[in-house]
Amino acid sequence: MAKIDVSIETEDKPAPPPKHPNTCPGCHSHYRDDELERAQWVCAQCGHHFPMRARARIASLVDDGTFYEEAADLHSEDPLGFFDLRPYTERLAEAEMSTGLADAIVIGQGSIEGRGCELAVMDFAFMGGSMGSAVGEKFSRACDSAAERGVPLVTVTSSGGARMQEGILALMQLPKTVCAVEDLHDAGQAMLSVMAHPTTGGVLASFATLGDVLLAEPGALMSFAGPRVVQELTREKLSEDFGRAEQNLRFGQIDAIVPRPELRATLGRLLRIFNAPV
Amino acid sequence: MPPSEHELRLRDRLSRLRSVSLLGGAKLSGELQRLQRQLDRIGEEPTGDDIWRSVELARHPDRPYTLDYVEALLDDWFELHGDHRRGDDAAMIAGLGKLHGRTVVLVGQQKGRDIHQRSERRFGMSNPEGYAKAMRAMKIAETHGFPVISLVDTPGAYPGVDAEQHGQGGAIAESQAVMARLTVPTVACVIGEGGSGGAIAIALADRVLMQENAIYSVISPEGCAMILWRDASQAKKAAAAFKPDAVHCLELGVIDAIVPEPKGGAQTDPQAAAQLLGESLRETLEDLVDVPGDELRRRRRAKFRSLGVFA
Repeated sequence: MAKIDVSIETEDKPAPPPKHPNTCPGCHSHYRDDELERAQWVCAQCGHHFPMRARARIASLVDDGTFYEEAADLHSEDPLGFFDLRPYTERLAEAEMSTGLADAIVIGQGSIEGRGCELAVMDFAFMGGSMGSAVGEKFSRACDSAAERGVPLVTVTSSGGARMQEGILALMQLPKTVCAVEDLHDAGQAMLSVMAHPTTGGVLASFATLGDVLLAEPGALMSFAGPRVVQELTREKLSEDFGRAEQNLRFGQIDAIVPRPELRATLGRLLRIFNAPV
Repeated sequence: MPPSEHELRLRDRLSRLRSVSLLGGAKLSGELQRLQRQLDRIGEEPTGDDIWRSVELARHPDRPYTLDYVEALLDDWFELHGDHRRGDDAAMIAGLGKLHGRTVVLVGQQKGRDIHQRSERRFGMSNPEGYAKAMRAMKIAETHGFPVISLVDTPGAYPGVDAEQHGQGGAIAESQAVMARLTVPTVACVIGEGGSGGAIAIALADRVLMQENAIYSVISPEGCAMILWRDASQAKKAAAAFKPDAVHCLELGVIDAIVPEPKGGAQTDPQAAAQLLGESLRETLEDLVDVPGDELRRRRRAKFRSLGVFA
């Protein structure tokens, strides 16, 4: 029978030819760091959306000086003493060093176009944005913070799925975050979910799809199983936009695709609609 | 009398368990004593070989499946079909029946016994239509106050083109959300493979049980080996690393109790396995039926929200 892995999608197996991260995979335009930064990491030629780091994303969305980060130091432990080719603790330390984050999500209070909200923004650069205990706990705390302060929760996801180095406890972050969203909804608050590339596996199958309104960035992969897994199992040639935001919109799985330069205004409008406090 | 070396080791394991934050939720519902009793019975920590034996037994082709337990345990069984929207997923069973005289709703994945059934039931891997069917059954339970029993036995959700187009991720999330909202007692038991999102979709329950030789994991051993070692044949090593066996799941607070199996595994005596499962389900349900619905829901969410190890 087919062996599948449905929780985690990693990068494709044959290493792609080394490309500079500032070279557009769509049209091969090349940019300097400051050019990309000014353009919110969107290719000026073809509109390709480069990955965006969590702090930069927050800066691009919130009103200047309004963001107050919460639980910045919260990090995962190593419950299993997990060891593959290297110990999990070493991978964690390395990710912390290279990203300056304690785990793959940043949460905190802020306001967008003058409306108060709570933000939970994932960072793919930290171990592929994988969800382990720290991500689950911080997301849950963001729900509680939003409920307590009577503001909507805005999430931006970018994740390969559950973090397998935390074993079954990583899977348990799915029901954990689902329960947190339910508590938020019971408190009468909205959740606005923005899915950036990629939002797959356990994050798609838990809180990301439970928002009252589901938005996606252009071209974002949003599939539960990765294209490689589906292709191996079905032996079919997959359509070019398989699992992408555009296909999800066509099949009625999301409400809108919002290009990055319009995201702040769209969220501002939604926060007004959901009566977020000034 | 000084404690034996064996007892000292057990005490050490228990003290380590107490120190991790995930037991916060377990303490709320007085689970620690239960855990202690179970640990006392279990004894030693399973080795890599023990874990691999569980993987093999959990996938044994003669292992009883959901419908075998339905036949052995439920009277007046009536199977529901379809999500009443798009289709009927043979990988997911849903229905109503009497368990020890009490009407219950039962949902669970069903693997196939022969090659024809296996392909029809996709080895117990559900499509979104299957989760929709399970949700429909759970809503019947909520409307009429019937407890929900779910039997988990799946390698994972089906990774197909149609499944993705019809919102596989959203279906798994929504099914969990429905379970988080229920105000009727819910008991889940992993009876074979508890594979990833496909399993948790129907396992957000008041009590989660696991048969002695079942496995419960975030990824299949082969999938994990493929990603971390780039070699599926390292599956045994991967399983030893992520520990999907019942004893480790109990220690991590992920399950509430282990359901014993006949010696050598459930496949050696399916009738005895069904009887043991039936007794566990009855005991567990009796604990829950008198708790008010709001309180059940509050405790259920608090329990799942306490899972994780962080600092």
